[in-house]
Amino acid sequence: MSVKIFVPRDSAALAVGADEVAEAIVQQAANRGQGIELVRNGSRGLLWLEPMVEVVVGGERVAYGPVTPEDVSNLFDAGFLNGRPHALALGPTEALPYLKNQERLTFARMGITDPLSLEDYQAHEGFAGLRAALALPGADIVQQVLDSGLRGRGGAGFPAGIKWKTVMQASADQKYIVVNADEGDSGTFADRMVMEGDPYMLIEGMAIAGLAVGATRGYVYIRSEYPDAVSVMEEAVARATAAGFLGKNLMGSGKAFDITIRKAAGAYVCGEETALLESLEGKRGIVRAKPPLPALVGLFGKPTVINNVLTLAAVPYILCRGPKAYADFGMGRSRGTLPFQLAGNIRRGGLVEKAFGVTARQLIEDFGGGTDSGRPLRSVQIGGPLGAYLPDALLDTPMDYEALAAKGGVLGHGGIVVFDDTVDMAEQARYAMEFCAIESCGKCTPCRIGSTRGMEVIECMKARPAEAAPQEKLLRDLCSTMLNGSLCAMGGMTPYPVLSALDHFPEDFNLAAETHKAA
Amino acid sequence: MTTREAQAVEAALTRFQDEQGALLPLLHAVQDSLGYIPKNATPTIASAFNLSRAEVHGVITYYHHFRQTEPAQHKLAICQAEACQARGCRSLTEKAEAAVGCELGRHTDDNRWELEAVYCLGLCASGPAVELDGKLYARITPERLESLIRKKELS
Repeated sequence: MSVKIFVPRDSAALAVGADEVAEAIVQQAANRGQGIELVRNGSRGLLWLEPMVEVVVGGERVAYGPVTPEDVSNLFDAGFLNGRPHALALGPTEALPYLKNQERLTFARMGITDPLSLEDYQAHEGFAGLRAALALPGADIVQQVLDSGLRGRGGAGFPAGIKWKTVMQASADQKYIVVNADEGDSGTFADRMVMEGDPYMLIEGMAIAGLAVGATRGYVYIRSEYPDAVSVMEEAVARATAAGFLGKNLMGSGKAFDITIRKAAGAYVCGEETALLESLEGKRGIVRAKPPLPALVGLFGKPTVINNVLTLAAVPYILCRGPKAYADFGMGRSRGTLPFQLAGNIRRGGLVEKAFGVTARQLIEDFGGGTDSGRPLRSVQIGGPLGAYLPDALLDTPMDYEALAAKGGVLGHGGIVVFDDTVDMAEQARYAMEFCAIESCGKCTPCRIGSTRGMEVIECMKARPAEAAPQEKLLRDLCSTMLNGSLCAMGGMTPYPVLSALDHFPEDFNLAAETHKAA
Repeated sequence: MTTREAQAVEAALTRFQDEQGALLPLLHAVQDSLGYIPKNATPTIASAFNLSRAEVHGVITYYHHFRQTEPAQHKLAICQAEACQARGCRSLTEKAEAAVGCELGRHTDDNRWELEAVYCLGLCASGPAVELDGKLYARITPERLESLIRKKELS
């Protein structure tokens, strides 16, 4: 009898040898005359356990990990095909606390299905949202997204329904849906996982958005550092088009929607929506002044919905289960769930989808198991390179756009990067300025020049302790100029990591902690 | 341009010339085929896209990914972003610099190796992460990286 085995094809599994493990399994099975059916699934998101191999035993999936090619023969000997014990045995996958304690709405299928199988996708509620949307007028689809409370997952948190409504009400011969898949923030990989592990969900979300606002063309702008995501999305678009889920006649409705995949070219600032549009038009990715809003004058000058991957990936669930089912999760004005990404110096790094309101401490300690080095945690950066560094004392803040903002933080794209007590926070602040200098598009002065000057000031504070106090004034003044005078979030938010490091860890800048507090 | 370069540019132009806003896909196609975008291709591309040479040059040089010189035989990109910093990418980079004999952002004199800084490979839960000749490696230790480098040198 042939046994079904799952070996993930997610980049995070491939980068630790999943292909070699899959090859060893096929080889061993052949040597032993054992019939197997090998499925290359997406990742479950328990990334410290990758490559995590699953075997179907009595209709239930049982996990083993992290598996190396050298373990494979031993696993066969131990009888892992029958779910027998082994040093790497983890038990039934669904019972793993890390998975069981999540609220997976968007990531419900992740790691369960073969990412490119249309049959698998449909067997797990796939295209049910699109089917529901096809029966509704555009205004009703927009209303459902409004009622769900879904906010932009790219970081700004702008209500998706309002953006869609603006595009819907604009009149034009052509409108566009653009997906921002330029996931450049360190500590984030949820967009990548969606594209590699459940690409049809993004395609379905885009098609629903197209129906809602009257757009017939979509673009997915994927960063060049994600070659696997690019190739999976290209293949998924081709298969969905061939099967009639995209193209001139969506599921026999007579309505059209086409998707083009575009590869970015390594400019972080192209994650800013207007720079992204410039890049899609074939130009340098320079930020545009707003207004006009992209919703009215977007790609090629036409009304454009530009949303993050996770925003559009949440839409099929909302259309399929209803806006209330989604809005029932969350707190305050942050409705639904956010796929958090636990990264950096953390024991159990991975993808944790939870309703808004969970605290950083719950995520880092209960799910993440603390630092990987075992040393005390010193600082956590939430929301990518433009997010604030929070000290341990602030980790009980609920993860909610407003609650975090009240503490000087930003939720961003939900990336959480943990640092232990060996971190030099002045160096992290200097790096934030350096990154801004490298990646600034150069259009506005505070960002272009301020970032380099900021680096110099921090270097001076580190090198010459006697000058730290007067230089601090200069640094704060510079940050204020960048915050208030930059055209986009690149220059406008670089002060977040810098000032938070300065506020919470003055001793690293050669500033006396007590003097600083009095000041 | 050499014949090979001219053919690569021509093939890419045939494919993308009529697609709206397709300068980036075109440049990707040329670079994917040759490993770089020949400097002499700028006028050809500009006239095909009805752009000025300055505009095409501006785009090629704006994006970190595009290059106008031939790549080294082996390319090692080491993630320098925060999540990998928290897992020791700074000391890993120093080890790599010593192992291949050039600094980050440069190539060796014999052009056998180049070291590139990359800002996030999306492997932030399993850092430090590197990309060696197009293949991703995560949870990489200095010892493992040195052995990968040695293997490449022998090949």
